[in-house]
Amino acid sequence: MTGQKGATTVIVGGGVTGLSAGWWLARDGMDVVVIDKGIIGWEASGRNGGGCTHYQSQLFDEEQRLWPQMDQLLGYPTEYRRERVIVAINELQFARYRRMAEITRAMGYPSSELDPRQVRELVPLAGDNAVGAVHFHFGGHANPQRTVQAYGWALQDLGGRLMQHTFVTGFSTAGGKVVAVRTNRGEIGLDNLVIAAGPQTGRLLRLLGHDLPLAAGRAEMIVTEPLPLMTHGGVDGNGLYGRQTLRGNLAYGGGPHEWVEAGDGQAVARPSTPLLRNLARRLAELFPKAGHVRMIRSWAGIIENTPDGRPVIDRLADPGNVTVATMSSVGFGLSPATGHAIRDLVIDGRCRFTDLGKLRLDRFAGLDPDWAARRGWVPIAA
Amino acid sequence: MQDPKSVAGKHGAPAEHAELLVIGAGPAGIAAAIAGARDGAKVVLVDENPVAGGLMGLDVPLFYGQRMTAAVHNKPRMVEQVLSAKPALEEAFEAGVDVRLGVYAWGAFVNGPGVQTLPGRVVGLADDERSWLIGFDRLVVAAGARDFVVSFAGVEQPGVIGARALQSLIATYDAFDGRRIVILGSGDLAVETAQQAQARGLEVACLVEVRDSAQSVTDLPVLTGHAVARAVGGPSGIEAVDLVGPGGAVTRIACDTICLAIGLVPVVELADVLGCRLAARGDSGGHVPLVDGEGRSSIPGVSFAGDCAGVPSGDGYGYRLDWVRAQTRAGDGRELVCLCEEVSRAELLGMQPPRYLGCPPPQGHDLSSMLADGPPSHDQMKRLTRVTMGHCQGRRCREQVALHLALASNLDPAEVPLAGYRAPVRPLPLTVLADADEEQVMRDRWEVWFGIPGQWTPYADIGTEREVLDDESGLGDHMHL
Repeated sequence: MTGQKGATTVIVGGGVTGLSAGWWLARDGMDVVVIDKGIIGWEASGRNGGGCTHYQSQLFDEEQRLWPQMDQLLGYPTEYRRERVIVAINELQFARYRRMAEITRAMGYPSSELDPRQVRELVPLAGDNAVGAVHFHFGGHANPQRTVQAYGWALQDLGGRLMQHTFVTGFSTAGGKVVAVRTNRGEIGLDNLVIAAGPQTGRLLRLLGHDLPLAAGRAEMIVTEPLPLMTHGGVDGNGLYGRQTLRGNLAYGGGPHEWVEAGDGQAVARPSTPLLRNLARRLAELFPKAGHVRMIRSWAGIIENTPDGRPVIDRLADPGNVTVATMSSVGFGLSPATGHAIRDLVIDGRCRFTDLGKLRLDRFAGLDPDWAARRGWVPIAA
Repeated sequence: MQDPKSVAGKHGAPAEHAELLVIGAGPAGIAAAIAGARDGAKVVLVDENPVAGGLMGLDVPLFYGQRMTAAVHNKPRMVEQVLSAKPALEEAFEAGVDVRLGVYAWGAFVNGPGVQTLPGRVVGLADDERSWLIGFDRLVVAAGARDFVVSFAGVEQPGVIGARALQSLIATYDAFDGRRIVILGSGDLAVETAQQAQARGLEVACLVEVRDSAQSVTDLPVLTGHAVARAVGGPSGIEAVDLVGPGGAVTRIACDTICLAIGLVPVVELADVLGCRLAARGDSGGHVPLVDGEGRSSIPGVSFAGDCAGVPSGDGYGYRLDWVRAQTRAGDGRELVCLCEEVSRAELLGMQPPRYLGCPPPQGHDLSSMLADGPPSHDQMKRLTRVTMGHCQGRRCREQVALHLALASNLDPAEVPLAGYRAPVRPLPLTVLADADEEQVMRDRWEVWFGIPGQWTPYADIGTEREVLDDESGLGDHMHL
């Protein structure tokens, strides 16, 4: 055992979920350490579409309440901008987007439908192929890379610590609780443990005797050179998610994924592939007036999914001081709210602002152990 | 069973196949292509020259510094020009090599860690109209070298050019738009560049050397112990350069071109995108693919030849560090390091958020605190300052940023990890890269996200009859917002 100073709460995983949880706990005066196997926000947390509009989630209201305040609360820019526009280039897409408008309107969130002329007025890059759009007067988007850094700095400003390049090798338990986490940099004593380690979360829970069914997948995005800013950067559709960044780049993803090994806690390869051509095609369809714009890079991220595609946010019964969170591939936008929920689970033992009962781990009890193979959610053999 | 929403089986076969594919028609590439053809292989040799004028304007693939004549926009003429500048291509044609000029290799992909779904071992190719994939049995990359860039006040003006770019505009394109050149550096590269310019009737005003002695034997005038104080320009670019010498004395020298001839950097973009093992070797010009005596890399069937496998670089990183230190002293911090994203030296070292945000530097968080949290990371500097994030894909700032990180962290530059390269390694238009012939199954099964039934079911509907309705409605993944 080496002399790493212990902490009241140790958070394993320096992605947006872990960082937000650490920041919320540090705001309560807790002594927090966030450990990450590499650099904070280096996996899917820093590489995603930046969307902040998750109407399907029980944390939606809290997400919508918090985002407009995040720059001020964190003290650093997240590049958050309000509203979303989703453009359809065929009637099937338009029907789906209208359905989202219906669902969210029933929840009290307003939106309006745009005809093709209105689409071209609001979205200068759209073309004659647009059949319509829905303009959501809520939601928004932010810069994932800047946001993870903002969480990290805000956490440090409150006295929290970041331990990068630190990977977990095991846990020490005593009296029904985890008392320390063992790492390549020594053992860290703790009172509370949060595991929010993305694709690694399953491996870490197994060390504590729990099965959290997860499959890891690789997804890809593309980025163009900057263009003059549209009034609304949060425009997507045509099978793509993404945004125009405040710098002006078009950053979009979508399309088929590949199931991959989650790895053993070390860095994993994240190659991008010729899928960039299929993404380019759809982006040029969505924005015909940007067809001439140059793609300057692509990238891939590894994201975990549960069998039902929904998060697990839960405090375990045994060991009694462990909170676990996987967002099942949809974590960035919800992170301000997820951190709040985790803070409540750690400090109060339950989420005080909403019910998360349908996101408990025990919903997967009795799951066929071969579930992933039966669905083909497994890597293809070399 | 297979997940119908996964990428497996959705890519069509490559449009064509080569038993031996060679990228780059320099001496090493042509030699490899001819040798392959004489061994009876079906050989395809691609070279991106003549590069589209628009790409040259972005300083891709070399730092042309806007000093090309309008002739570069005349593609047929430039094809003739490239053919006449490379007489060895004639021999390649005769040996039966399928030579393609003006074709970019924007990516190279093999199955390996993290990907097993590629349609074979493929290279992404494109011309100015369209892109396609070519499969290969064997690949030889002979992508050459590009110019090491160190910044100074006024570096962003037309007329600041790299040595390889200048050589290319003179020898390959006959399209150099300058008359009087000041050359930075005094080693072999600088002297060779000066001689080439003089042979074309261009005037070389002098060589500039930050060290106290010339780095090679030459009759050319060398101003030793000098650095660039500023490049002085007008509407059409550089008109003079102010050099600062020992004791701070400033000398103004009239010129229309300032040529960076300090060092060459092996072009390892495709090696990195492929996942080849690389090593940092200062005496070879920087990161190079690890190869055996035959040029074979860590990936079977993939070899590297010529300058992209390493260029002799004297005493390694030391000389380039001397230039970075000297230019840092000669500047006031406002000189641009990243020309695309407009990140100055002071903004880089101060971890200043990008200018478009208009916000102050983070209080209490700077380069030294970042280095206290972990080893230096160029990729982290990219996300904080946007350095190396622009349209030239980091060709003009990558090495200088890494050297600054090495200086700030007191590490050997070889210990600063390479900022990763990503496809496409040429900035090409969306309509060119777009897959015009994609498989029907790619279109039919395209999902926004993972295509998991119920992922977008509203929480309130989970476990109710409405959940089943949501799933059966087929709305699925396109309900992603």
